[in-house]
This record gives sequence, structure tokens and C-alpha cells, in this order.
Amino acid sequence: MRKLVTTVSDPAGVEVRDLPGLARRARWEVVKTVTTNKAGHIGGPLSMMDILVSLYFRELRIRVEEPDWVDRDWFVLSKGHAAIGLYAVLALRGFLPIEELATFDKGDSRLQGHPDVTRLPGLDASTGSLGQGLSLGVGMALGARLAGRDSHTFVLMGDGEIQEGMVWEAVQAAARYKLANLTAIVDRNGLQQFGLPSTAETTLTDRGDRRDPWYGVDLSAVFQAFGWRVIEIDGHDYDQIAAAFALARSGDPAGRPTVLLAHTVKGKGLSLAEGVHTWHSIVPSAEDFERARQELEPEEIELLDSYAVTSVNSGNGAQA
Amino acid sequence: MSGTAMRDVWGTKLVELGDADPRTVVLDGDLGNSTKADKFAKAHPDRFFQMGIAEQNLVGAAAGLAATGFVPWTSSFTVFFTHRALDPIRMLVAQSHANVKIVGSYSGLLIGAVGKTHLDVQDLAIMRAMPDMTVLAPADEAELRSMMDWAQAFDGPVYFRLVRDAVPDLFGADYVFVPGAIQVVNDGGPDPAVVFVSTGGQTARVVEAANQLAESGIAATVIHAPSLKPFDAEGLVAAVGGTPLVVTVEEHTVAGGLGGLVAETLASAGAGAGARVVRFGLDDVWGESASNEFLLEKHGLSADRVAERTAALLDREPATQGTSR
Repeated sequence: MRKLVTTVSDPAGVEVRDLPGLARRARWEVVKTVTTNKAGHIGGPLSMMDILVSLYFRELRIRVEEPDWVDRDWFVLSKGHAAIGLYAVLALRGFLPIEELATFDKGDSRLQGHPDVTRLPGLDASTGSLGQGLSLGVGMALGARLAGRDSHTFVLMGDGEIQEGMVWEAVQAAARYKLANLTAIVDRNGLQQFGLPSTAETTLTDRGDRRDPWYGVDLSAVFQAFGWRVIEIDGHDYDQIAAAFALARSGDPAGRPTVLLAHTVKGKGLSLAEGVHTWHSIVPSAEDFERARQELEPEEIELLDSYAVTSVNSGNGAQA
Repeated sequence: MSGTAMRDVWGTKLVELGDADPRTVVLDGDLGNSTKADKFAKAHPDRFFQMGIAEQNLVGAAAGLAATGFVPWTSSFTVFFTHRALDPIRMLVAQSHANVKIVGSYSGLLIGAVGKTHLDVQDLAIMRAMPDMTVLAPADEAELRSMMDWAQAFDGPVYFRLVRDAVPDLFGADYVFVPGAIQVVNDGGPDPAVVFVSTGGQTARVVEAANQLAESGIAATVIHAPSLKPFDAEGLVAAVGGTPLVVTVEEHTVAGGLGGLVAETLASAGAGAGARVVRFGLDDVWGESASNEFLLEKHGLSADRVAERTAALLDREPATQGTSR
């Protein structure tokens, strides 16, 4: 039996938090919810989870009791198809009851398949059509500066997502306006729905259809050339994440916006999903779910009413 | 004719809103000297943002500014908002109920002979089909100014369809815009032969057409619809009454815009007991680069052509022939 994870019902009273424990718990809520509801995504929510937990339990200046606090930091989950990951973290942080996760992707729920800012207090943006979040972040950062607030804006994007052209419109604008109060985070897991890591061997025979989303491109050099400060980190290393956020928040001396290229593993934390592109959107089989339970489940034992015989695509994969 | 182009009215009023309300910000897509948002840039440089030739990001940044408490007004040509930036308008503005005012300058046909690439004759259909969006098309200076006051105070998405040039004054300076309300701008009496419904800058030409028809003894009522959404459906049904012919006139495709709205409304109400709805506009074709006069003539939207086509529908001689009723 795993040890009880800190769920932080009283954030002010918890000084030292077990971030890896919280991330494991959030990953379990993701797998459990997707399995039970037969809807949603697993790979992407798991790859970004250590970053998300770091943000919500250590970095973001927010008030659970006052979600609309105007001087707060702003967070945009631009890769909106990873919504269940955000909901799990918001629930652990106290923005919603953990039991409410069971309503995910169901009619009249506040927890829509993609985040809906009009339904759930604590969300700062509606996202889901990919590539739009960084533009919102540009506006939020401009607004904070214009209002004289020192709040910071964070935008988390997928590495597949930043294939969208609108992202690069925002990249230009952020550099031009020297938005040092804006930090983009790229969840660089190297996989997209149709893309796999390439090897020297496969690139000799494939046509480019199934490759890493940024195969052949030096993403770090691209961002630097666009006038951004680039910090590359291991997106699962809590010390590196914390150091990068501290650097980002302190602001670049040259006024550049900051991008964290966070190298991650899709499906991280669930051994059978790690680096496997088919776990982008999948409903785990009974057997897979039992393995996930053994790896991730916290103290309590829960039984599902019914299991799928085999893991099947959830049909929620058409994200763009 | 009023001496003031609608884009100048917009630019000037924008400065006034900025003077009165420090939440007012403007985002431009490198067209401020055409749309006249440059007046605001000069008056309030700290609250003007030049977002460059990147309209999707412009709309997204506007939504971000709205989230942090500002009232963003956007500046570009209509077509670049309702076509190029439609997805961020849909998701970040309308679905998010963001307090963003999308202002399409250079709407309709009369935009300075630049051709079909820049003409937007689908915007009303597109924006009208978008939940949570208010859709406005002012007819003159007084109406535009009043609409802008209303939109500044309203917390939510608003779309403005603005024409480039000057239009005649239809309303007095004391005009107060009411969302949804229709305006009878020419009274054809208790038993008109035709009820016109028009919107935006086109309404003035329809009033002129109605005057021509009156000279021929054809009584015509002209209704101006400044707000396609919300829209006073009951008011329209009442105003049409038993009139056998309703003609809609717009600088827009006949599919889905004002003509669509009026046809849907009257059909749904079962109104008119057989009233025929005829839609004047572009018949499923693109525009082209040409003078205002050429385009209005070609698409049958000049005052003369509207009068002539309507007389033909009524089986009467063209108004210019001076036949009596």
C-alpha cells in the first residue's frame, strides 16, 4: 500500500509538499478518470504533470478562495486536450472536489473535454483548438504591465501544437513588446498523434509522415533567433523546474520573454505508456488498468464497475 | 451627405472613449492609418498596440487584455477578422464571452476598388451564426457613436460592420441605440406596396429608392436593422403586417445575412399570409476591383437600381418613368 499523499486541503498550512507524491496522485486520477469515463487523453497529461504540479503547488501566486483575484499569476493550458491533467491538479489544489473528476467529459459538467473558462472558476482560458494560448498570454502580459501589476503569465504548449502558425505570430509580438513577464513552456515529449521519434534507420525509408514534430529543426535556435531567452530542462526534474521558474520570474535583463523547452516523456509515470504514441488518447484495458493501479494508486482501493477487454482509442484524438 | 467618413467617426469616437475610460485599449493590424485607429494611437499611445500583420494573434491578445480587465477594440479590415481570424474569434472571444469589440472596417462592397481579395460579403452570415456574438451594422454617424457608447458599457463580445466612406445622416444627434430594435426610417403609410429591410450604409440608398418609388405612386416602408443579433423578430413581423412584398437589401451575399435573417423570421412567424421575400445583394458571386458606382450598379444595389428592380417585382413601370399608382 502506498503512503498517503498530501492533498493540501489547507494550502496555507502545508509548508513542505511532496511534489512527486502529488504528481503520482494526479496521474492516478487521470488514468482512473479516463478509464472510467472512456474519454480523454493520457499521454499528454502525464508528460506535463511534474511541470503542472510544480506550477500549482509551488510557483503560481493564486488564491483558491478567490480564483478571480486580479493580481494573480495567469496560467494558460494551451494544449487543451490535456484538460483532465489540469482538472486533476486543480482538484488536488482545492479548486474543485476530487469527486467531481467523475463528471469529466459528461453533459452539463464543469469539466468539459477541453477547458471552458465560462464554466469552472480557476481556469484562465478556454483552449482546445491548438495554437491559440500564447496569444492570450501576450495579451495577459501586456495587460499586467499596463495595469502596473507584477503578475507573471505562464503558457504551457505541446511540441506538436506549436506547429500552428498562430503560435509564431505570438512569438514575434512577445519579443517585440519585450514581455519579460511572459513564460512559455513547451512540453517537448517528441510525440504527436501521428508522429514518432525517428532513428537514422527509419529516416532512410520513411517519407516524413511519422516523425518527431520538430524533426530536422533546432527549436532552441529558432526561439533564440526570434528574440526569446531559451532554457532547456528535464521536465521531470523538480529541481531543474524550480530553478527555471525562478529564473523566468526574475525576468531577463534584456527584456526577452522566456521559453522553457522542457524535455519530457509522453505517458511519464506509467511504465507501459512511457514513450508510446498510441497512449496519446486511449482507454486502458482491464489488464493495463490493473498495472496502472499497482504503479500509481494511493492508499484507497477502488473498483470499477466494468472493464474494457482491450485498450482502445478513446476517439478524442482529433485535437487540432 | 454627411461630410464625415464612417472610419473617421469611428477613430474620433474611439479617442473619446479612451479619454473617458482608462480601460480602453486598441489593437491594430498594421492598418490604423486606413481604419483611422491611428487617431487613438496619437491620443493614447500607451494604450495602443501595433500587433502587425498577424490578425489571429491580434484577436488572441485582445482576449488576453480583456481577461486582465481592459476593454479592447480591434482594428483591421473586416475580411481579415471574419475569415483569417475566425477561429480565435470563435473560441477566445465568443465561446469565452470575452469583452472584446471586433471592429471590421472596410465592410461590404465600397472599400476603394481593391477587389475580391479584400471584399467581405459573407461577414454577417458568419458572425450571425456565432452564439454569444452581438452583430451590429450602423447606418450613420449618430448611430455609430451611440453604438460605441453602448458597446463600451456592455461586458461581452460585439462585432461591428463598418463601411469605409461617408454616408448620409438618417438620425439626429440625440439618437440612442437600443440592441435588437428595428428603426422605421421611411413610413410608407398604412398600406405600403413594399416593405424594405436594410442595414448598415446601404439603408440610405434604400431610403432614396423609396423616395423615387413614391414619386411613381408606389408607397414603400423602409426598415433599418442596425442590430442583426439580437434582433426584434416580433417588431419586424408587426411592421410588415399584411404587406405582400418584402425586399431585403444589403452589401452582402443573399445567403445567410440580413436577407436570410428576415426570411427566417417571417417564415417562422408564419407571417404575411403569403408575403413574398425577395433578397437584393450579391447572388453567390465574388466581387471585383471596381469603382463604388460600378459595383452598386452591377449588383443592383444603387438607389436607382433598387427602385427599378422593386417596380419590376410589383409589375410596374420603372420609377424613373413616372407612372402613377
